[in-house]
Amino acid sequence: MFTIVKREEMSQGTVILNEIEAPLIARKAKPGQFVILKANEDGERIPLTMADTNPEKGTITIIYMVVGKSTALFRDLKVGEGYQDVIGPLGKPTHLEKVGKVVCVGGGTGVAVLHPITRGLKEVGNHVTCIIGARNKGLLILEEQMKAASHELKVCTDDGSYGHHGFVTEVLREVLKAGDIKLAVAIGPVPMMKAVSAITKEFNVETLVSLNPIMVDGTGMCGGCRVTVGGETKFACVDGPEFDGHKVDYDELILRLRAYQEDERSSHNHYCNLRDAK
Amino acid sequence: MSESDGKKGQSSRVAMPEQDPKIRARNFLEVPTGYTVKMAQEEASRCLQCKKPGCVEGCPVGVDIPGFIDLIAHGDFTGAIRNLWKKNALPAVCGRVCPQESQCEGKCIVGKKGQPVAIGNLERFCADYEREHGQGELPPKAGPTGKRVAVVGSGPSGLTVAGDLIVKGHDVTIFEAFHKPGGVLVYGIPEFRLPKAIVAQEVNFLERLGVKIECNAVVGRTVSLDELFEQGYDAIYVGVGAGLPKFMNIPGENLVGILSANEYLTRANLMKAYKYPEVDTPIPRGKNVVVLGAGNVAMDSARTAMRLGAETVKIVYRRSREEMPARHAEIHHAEEEGIELCLLTNPTRYLGDANGRLTGMECLRMELGEPDSSGRRRPVAVKGSEFEIACDLCIVAVGSGANPLLTSETPDMKLNKWGNVVADERNGKTSKKAVWAGGDIVTGAATVILAMGAGRAAANSMHDYLTLGW
Repeated sequence: MFTIVKREEMSQGTVILNEIEAPLIARKAKPGQFVILKANEDGERIPLTMADTNPEKGTITIIYMVVGKSTALFRDLKVGEGYQDVIGPLGKPTHLEKVGKVVCVGGGTGVAVLHPITRGLKEVGNHVTCIIGARNKGLLILEEQMKAASHELKVCTDDGSYGHHGFVTEVLREVLKAGDIKLAVAIGPVPMMKAVSAITKEFNVETLVSLNPIMVDGTGMCGGCRVTVGGETKFACVDGPEFDGHKVDYDELILRLRAYQEDERSSHNHYCNLRDAK
Repeated sequence: MSESDGKKGQSSRVAMPEQDPKIRARNFLEVPTGYTVKMAQEEASRCLQCKKPGCVEGCPVGVDIPGFIDLIAHGDFTGAIRNLWKKNALPAVCGRVCPQESQCEGKCIVGKKGQPVAIGNLERFCADYEREHGQGELPPKAGPTGKRVAVVGSGPSGLTVAGDLIVKGHDVTIFEAFHKPGGVLVYGIPEFRLPKAIVAQEVNFLERLGVKIECNAVVGRTVSLDELFEQGYDAIYVGVGAGLPKFMNIPGENLVGILSANEYLTRANLMKAYKYPEVDTPIPRGKNVVVLGAGNVAMDSARTAMRLGAETVKIVYRRSREEMPARHAEIHHAEEEGIELCLLTNPTRYLGDANGRLTGMECLRMELGEPDSSGRRRPVAVKGSEFEIACDLCIVAVGSGANPLLTSETPDMKLNKWGNVVADERNGKTSKKAVWAGGDIVTGAATVILAMGAGRAAANSMHDYLTLGW
């Protein structure tokens, strides 16, 4: 078992942080890589990009939004309990290189994935501006951590309850207009990554996005995570999860993410009803 | 049941009882239900006990076939399983999934005039009898050598290496990337052909012998081969399987509803998605299903789709029946269960709706031309023969390539142009010191028993190395 040593609720309980004992993975993992977690014997294998690792302590941190039965099961795990299986580190790490000025854009739980990448980009000597957003102030995560990981942090909320009133894309455009940005990293909901990539393309700024399609094994064996990048089929688990944001076929990805939508909804409702009945 | 006329070899083969096709096409229980003691002894008595047995020559691991069959005929079932274990650590598996018709049974003298002795069925009987009645006795083990062996991958070749080396006194640890050991035996071959409880029992047998199994260990990611050496392993066997699904590379392949056979079968078998929503992993349930390819994996996929409630299941294959690579028994079972064969048919593109979901495929009729490099007659498209097949689920079972996850992290291990590990055919030695390889990662996708044969050869060579030197 992989024991949970720390658990936090964020975003009004819709987002959960787990710090998990996984010394072999913690020792090897680099920013941008993911793990696959399975709660119990009958559980589903869920890929999640790591939000942090602590090699000395032998722990990894994941932050996820509760969206279906599997993440609801994860949410119900307490400190001292754990995951039956954690596999990783999987995928290619982010290529961290000094290029000059960098902008990192995060939305929703994508901010969690963005955090170690932002920190890494700053550590290798880049000047990092960070833009994070959420629907409202209460749903915002990791503001303090992102502030520490970057040189400049800009916050947006859709409802204007905090920071800039509007989308991350509006702030991004201003940052790009100010000029000299060499690299953009965008991680969040697919429509956000699509919108960010469209803007950075106008400014001709190289853009990395991190994708999280449906997958089973995470080692290149099932091909469930195929994405079209630059007209070619890639496996996100081994060729990614990061790709050139200007080349990803986002519309196809959105459709593929809906493959099990109906199953997921009925299974989640069933689980919640059972749990509430207890 | 056979009409025995008392003369050895001339009676007809004792058929193994099977579930009725109409019933079994909708359940996941094993199809053939096994011999009774009486049936096994009757079938065993058909063996001629040849002085120069062709069957043994036909067996990649050299099982003493007349020997174990003779013990069955005389009612010594414990003796029979012990005899089998000497050459084969996985008899319950091999009895069920080996292509006997092209191996042992293909060389059986009785088969020249009539039906060959049912060697596979008898092997299965021994293993099943031992599982149900055995005392859990273990084969003798040599004293500890103090040498440590890492086996990467817990499929048939890895399990064979582990079993062979543990009884020779080495300390053996298996590293498995999935959360459960067994490799293709658990993720690939369906429950109705190889019950997972049987695989678990075979793995448990190795654990009782002292083999350690580390699951969730992705060698090449969680740990590298060189790190295993640093940890004190003296020799490594790489048996990671093929594990890279091939697709058709035709337009529309990323529509929702098109899965590799690897994904479809892994969901169904390893993740037990056929029990969804009792378990959490979903699986697409197609009404009209097309399976591309005609090997064993294609048959497994088609029969799984039928059991998951499909109204129609079609195997689409560009060559003719003669060239179908699947075992005869699998094709026979599939047809009995109502699966249609659309032969000499080649898909050219997939068709989808506005939601990106599969609605059908466009195909061309083919005819056979001159033989190609494989010696099989090359299928040639018939001009203007385009037609559509409506389907909402398509399983692509056209083979597997070499997964580069481990090999790309091991630059000093030589690969061929297809990415398979280069290993000495006789002993499995790779270009990297103290590393052996075998099974599908070396040969490309093949059979369970060939992988086991490669494992056996490598284990002998590894033992020599560990006791004598490279």
